[in-house]
Amino acid sequence: MRRRWRDVPAAAALLAPSAALLGVFVVYPLARAILLGTRKCNVSGRVCKTVGWHQYVTVWRSAPFQNALGNTLRFVAMTVPIGLVLGVGLAVLADKQLRGIGVFRTIFSSTIASSVAVASLIWLVLLNPQIGLLSHLLKDAFPVVKKPGLLNDGGTAMWGVAISSIWAGLGLTFVIVTAALQSVPRELYESAFVDGAGAWRRFTNVTLPMLSPTLLFVAVVMTARAFQTYGEIDLLTGGGPNSAGRPTETIAYLIYGKSSKIRNDIGIQSATAVLLFVLLLVVSFIQFRVLERRVHYAE
Amino acid sequence: MARVRLEHVTKTFGSGGGEVRAVDDVSLDIADHEFMILLGPSGCGKSTLLRMIAGLETPTSGDVFIDERRVNDVLPKERDVAMVFQSYALYPHKTVAANIEFPLKARGVGKAERAEQGRQAAAMLGLDTLLDRKPGQLSGGQRQRVALARAIVRHPAVFCMDEPLSNLDAKMRSETRAELVELHHRLNSTFVYVTHDQVEAMTMGTQVAVLSDGRLQQVGTPQEVYAAPATAFVAQFIGTPPMNVLPPGVLGGDSVRVGFRPEDARLVSPTAPDDGTTLPVTVRLVEQLGHEVLVFVDCDGARLVVRQPAGSGVPAIADPVRLSVGEGVRHHFDATTGERVG
Repeated sequence: MRRRWRDVPAAAALLAPSAALLGVFVVYPLARAILLGTRKCNVSGRVCKTVGWHQYVTVWRSAPFQNALGNTLRFVAMTVPIGLVLGVGLAVLADKQLRGIGVFRTIFSSTIASSVAVASLIWLVLLNPQIGLLSHLLKDAFPVVKKPGLLNDGGTAMWGVAISSIWAGLGLTFVIVTAALQSVPRELYESAFVDGAGAWRRFTNVTLPMLSPTLLFVAVVMTARAFQTYGEIDLLTGGGPNSAGRPTETIAYLIYGKSSKIRNDIGIQSATAVLLFVLLLVVSFIQFRVLERRVHYAE
Repeated sequence: MARVRLEHVTKTFGSGGGEVRAVDDVSLDIADHEFMILLGPSGCGKSTLLRMIAGLETPTSGDVFIDERRVNDVLPKERDVAMVFQSYALYPHKTVAANIEFPLKARGVGKAERAEQGRQAAAMLGLDTLLDRKPGQLSGGQRQRVALARAIVRHPAVFCMDEPLSNLDAKMRSETRAELVELHHRLNSTFVYVTHDQVEAMTMGTQVAVLSDGRLQQVGTPQEVYAAPATAFVAQFIGTPPMNVLPPGVLGGDSVRVGFRPEDARLVSPTAPDDGTTLPVTVRLVEQLGHEVLVFVDCDGARLVVRQPAGSGVPAIADPVRLSVGEGVRHHFDATTGERVG
């Protein structure tokens, strides 16, 4: 016991650098934001008064927050499953020993090098109802792309944002899943092949279980990113179209978006941000608990 | 029940300047219910040959027959073969029972029948109590048995095994050798077994095919291959320790290399009269193995080994002695081709 006490100063000294960094950049701002969430401020943000913890309840129940929460969940439900399926599909397709496969791998992973801003601008042009190539190609199958435009229709605007976001995230999913695929022992496939398993059975009995830890990781990361989507919304719709009652305003956009209603109240903004943080914490926790039971980690 | 026949099978990998000839014009006839060992050093093409029988590789030229049916273009699952891999290739996320039943599941066998046959295969290998475990909870030897059970569960005509014992420790290996022989007796299948370990070849095989550089060197029973090796390579690959092969000109003509088994030679006193069957040698190393002694000697730069029973007079290191090799125990190989000439 005495010995332990003697170690305390040394331990404290060794911990100090990381403790200081964490404290200054994580713990203090978080605590500050939680406290700010109990205050209400005027437009300049200089005059604030404490209104109490029930402001969190008020914000949660408010119409803008409920709208943004619904939009965020819808966006997550659109982007995560589709992005995951496409990423795994492309990775499996490219996981062949074929001549020139490197070209496809490069193409499939290329979106990793484009920022959200670049991706959004590409899709903004592609989906433009007047000059967009996609709008032109799809105008017969989906008239909405020309009139009023995919991003200008309240019912489809979120799909437009989701497509851009899925595309931008595909490269990362592809690279991670490809790396995981390459670590699956070839003999497992060969053994299943000799045992008479067809391509689909090999995929469900070998590929998917061996990928499951990676897929859990990718799903959690993608969900966390989708919950915090801001750039795509800002560049593609600005939370609008306004005529349809802000159908693409996500929680992150509600917190800081140019046209957000709460933009000028730092107290309510903080409360919303803290609520988003808690929401993400809960969702990630559930994902780990639920999915982990179905995940196989190799011994 | 299956006879496996390879006719002028060649397999090359790569193309142009980087072409590698893994298997070079091999013809081999494996009779029904044979325990055929494909034996050779690593890189000799034995695994590639096995994979062509299993259907994991296609021959570049030549034909593979299983029971008179040409199977070059037949998928593995239609060849009625099973394969055991060196790494066992068990599905780590499945239980032992699910692993064993997988080949039946892949063939659409019903659940109840699958479970029944899986239990039988597991019982045959003493896995009854482990059915609910995952492979990660098993020892190496147990995993190896699960891989075997998975192979026998659908009663294949041909068993292909690619060095299935090399990941086991020495004790487990010798136990499993005996079990494999027993399994071969019980099952009505043809075994094709790849190994680089000549002890496995000698103890388990009913036939041994020795390969080197993609070429077939010799086929025969273990006794035949041991007693009359067809080439100097086979002579130096089989036996522990393997045959001594002298440089050309020693004990024979310049175009002949003389070989002899370590147990067929004797060390005699340096003062013994030279009757033309002895060589002057120097003792370099003595290994006491308990029941016998291995004496390593130098002869004109060549390293030779002599096996003596324990208890007989053992010379000391650096002693000059003479090595006596009787006429009757000599093997003769052509100095250039390495082929047996008498």
